[in-house]
Amino acid sequence: MLGPSTTWYVAVAGVLFGIGTTGVILRRSPLIVLLSLEIMLNASNLALVGFSRHFASVDGQIFAISVMAVAAAEVCVGLGLIVAFTRRNMALDVDTLTELRG
Amino acid sequence: MGNVLVWIIWVVAAFACVSTGIAVISFTNPFYSALALIGNLASLAVLFLLASAEFVAAAQILVYAGAVMVMFLFVIAYLGGRADAPWAGGPRWLQLGAFVVGAAILIEVIVALATKASGGLSSDAEISRSFGSPAEIGKLFLTDHLLAFEITSIVLLVAAVGGVVLGMKTLAEDEA
Repeated sequence: MLGPSTTWYVAVAGVLFGIGTTGVILRRSPLIVLLSLEIMLNASNLALVGFSRHFASVDGQIFAISVMAVAAAEVCVGLGLIVAFTRRNMALDVDTLTELRG
Repeated sequence: MGNVLVWIIWVVAAFACVSTGIAVISFTNPFYSALALIGNLASLAVLFLLASAEFVAAAQILVYAGAVMVMFLFVIAYLGGRADAPWAGGPRWLQLGAFVVGAAILIEVIVALATKASGGLSSDAEISRSFGSPAEIGKLFLTDHLLAFEITSIVLLVAAVGGVVLGMKTLAEDEA
C-alpha cells in the first residue's frame, strides 16, 4: 500500500480535533464557534476514512458522508440562529447570550 | 518512487490542514477565518484522496467548499465584518482552560495510539481498485445503508424548514 499508515491519519485527526475544541472554548463569536465545530466534524471524518481504508470496508466512508450531511444541516440551523440573533439586536457574543438562563 | 511522491503530497496536505486549522481559530476577522476553513477543507480532501476515498473527497469539495462555505460567507457579509477580539474576551482562566482541554484531547489520542494501536495499525488490509468509488458507495447506500440514506434526506428537509422558520419575519418584529 502506498503512503502513510492509519496511525498518521488518526494522529492528524487528533490534532485537528484538539484545534477545533480549543476554538469552540476560546472564541466568543458564534460564527467562529460554528467554524471550529466544522473542524471537529472534519477531524472525525478523517479518522473514519483512515479506519475505513485500514479495515478495507467502505462502511466508514458511508458514515463520513452521513456526517457531512448532518454538518450541512447543522450549519443551516446555526446560521439561521445567528441571523435571527442579529435581527433581534442581540449581541453576537456567546458570553452575553444568557436570556434563556433560568 | 511513487511511494515517496505520495508521502510528500500527504505531508504537505497534513501540514496545510493543521496550519489552516490554527488560522481559523486565531484570525480576528470572521471573513478570514472562513477563507482559512476553505483551505482546511481542500487539504482534507487531498488526504481523503490519498486514503482512496475518491467519492468522499469529491463530496467534501462539493458540499463543504461549494455549498456550506458560500452560505457562511454570505452570512458574514450580511452581518458586516464585525471583528471580535479573540484573545481579549472572557476571563483569563477560560482562555488557559481552552488550551488545556485542546492539549488534553491531543495527548489522549497520542496515548491511545501508542498503547493500543502501535502494532495493529501499521499493516493495512488489502483493498481492491474499486474501493471508495462512486459506484460502490452508491450501491451500498441503496442496499445495506438504505435506512441511513432515507433518514439523511429527512434530516436535511427538517434543517431546510428550520432555516426558513428562523429567518422568517416574526409578528413581534412587525409590531416593534
